[in-house]
Amino acid sequence: MSEQILFKVTIDNITIEVPAGTTILQAARKIGGTVAPPAMCYYSKLQGSGGKCRTCLVEVAKGSEKDPRPMPKLVASCRTTVMDGMEVKNITSDKVIDARAGVVEFLLLNHPLDCPICDQAGECHLQDLSFEHGKSETRYEFQRRTFKKHDLGKNIQLHMTRCILCYRCVFTADQLTNKRVHGILDRGDHAEIATHIEKSLDNEFIGNVIDVCPVGALTDKTFRFKNRVWFLKPMDAHRDCPTCSGRVTLWNRGDEVYRVTARKDEWGEIEDTPDGKPGWICNTCRFDKKETSDWVIEGPRAISRQSVIAQGHYAGNVGMTKPTETFKAVNGGRTPHLLLDIHDESEVNQSQIHLGKIHGPAHGDTFNNKIENA
Amino acid sequence: MQPLTNKAQAVSRKPMTFLERLYLINIIKGMMITFSHMFKKQPTIHYPEQKREFSPVFRGLHVLNRDEEGREKCTACGLCAVACPAEAITMEAAERMEGEENLYKEEKYAAKYEINMLRCIFCGLCEEACPKDAIYLSETFAPANYTRKGFIYGKEDLLIPNPKTEASALAMAKGVEA
Repeated sequence: MSEQILFKVTIDNITIEVPAGTTILQAARKIGGTVAPPAMCYYSKLQGSGGKCRTCLVEVAKGSEKDPRPMPKLVASCRTTVMDGMEVKNITSDKVIDARAGVVEFLLLNHPLDCPICDQAGECHLQDLSFEHGKSETRYEFQRRTFKKHDLGKNIQLHMTRCILCYRCVFTADQLTNKRVHGILDRGDHAEIATHIEKSLDNEFIGNVIDVCPVGALTDKTFRFKNRVWFLKPMDAHRDCPTCSGRVTLWNRGDEVYRVTARKDEWGEIEDTPDGKPGWICNTCRFDKKETSDWVIEGPRAISRQSVIAQGHYAGNVGMTKPTETFKAVNGGRTPHLLLDIHDESEVNQSQIHLGKIHGPAHGDTFNNKIENA
Repeated sequence: MQPLTNKAQAVSRKPMTFLERLYLINIIKGMMITFSHMFKKQPTIHYPEQKREFSPVFRGLHVLNRDEEGREKCTACGLCAVACPAEAITMEAAERMEGEENLYKEEKYAAKYEINMLRCIFCGLCEEACPKDAIYLSETFAPANYTRKGFIYGKEDLLIPNPKTEASALAMAKGVEA
């Protein structure tokens, strides 16, 4: 491409020039910040995603320079391409704010209120969305959907009640693996993610469905109930992996690796590797490499200060190196007289229990000095 | 040195009058004040026979709640621990196994739950944060102890008696509190 046609588009009174064929959502993300509409189903790294959840609705106040009429209805910004001279209103439009609150209410109709149990809590897009755009109360008074439990194999846990049917995991399986074994079965209210007659998902790249899932419908079984994400230490790390880029985020407690995920950018999508390809990671990296020695640690992951994950963490490299103990040196070799060493007394975070090495969730026996190996 | 304020008063060096030298009037004045207290309301409370009523917002020792069927309500969501400004609360979560449904209300539960009472400042933020009504600050003081070890409260110290199996113990605990 020698000369790209650039379109001028104004979103929330900020003008930007983008190449023809860019969607409104992508243009808004180029501006960044609150101008970018939220997206639950659209995923820029997955072909064909988007257009399902309607959270990215925006108002087009002026269609284009040639045809300045406004669009009659709110449009899904992830699927609408920009025109030259288009004027888009996102958060400056009351209609959009009202419509988005309605969409959130619909998405939450059948969503169970089990955030205290859900492993996605703290990094859940639906939590963020309802916090920012939703109403504080529900008007729904009926029974929420329930489903028969489906087992998706030893690594991936499915909670169908939490699913918002964004189809991201379906696109992931289509585009990253050679044969998709799961999909959406049935229609309407009965639609559910399942495999046809109990199959397990075990393609080498299928673990990425966990990262693309905007809610807690698909979670990591090897991390299930181990800890809350905001108590863990996210660290950038890499390893020389023959199948994938090997660039990951480790979620540690102390020196123990509790969880491995791909690196996510500010939109919650998988970051690109330096060579420009999406940094999908393989199942071996994600589920089987739970030793610090497997990884080369680069440093702490930068987490947005607004995120609960940043709570209680210092920014930058603080805490990366243990401070040297000076007590002995300045006190003639005497060790400090401790009235209580909390590790002797506390039953939490005991050194002989390695939660990172247990495959599934911990059970009552795990903490009663019996180490189980699943 | 110059006076910094004009509050300084010169000491009166006047010789005392006859009445003042008697002291009797001042002694009587003083005794009047002393004896008048015999007829005033006594503010002292004879603890522990008498107990002062707690204010409705009193925040004392924590309890971990159970539901009516005696199942533990806590689901180890970690919101109390993240809300705790003193970082006194720690926990370990575990998955409920089959057959444990009568013990724990939710799929996930706190296998270990600890409050370090040496760190706790009784601010009540854990109670505010709890989405499951599982932790409450009761109207009890934290008792004294001889060792620091005794202030690390585990689940056995915090859980209320099971209303199904230990109904009398629960009634007693409630009665003492009230």
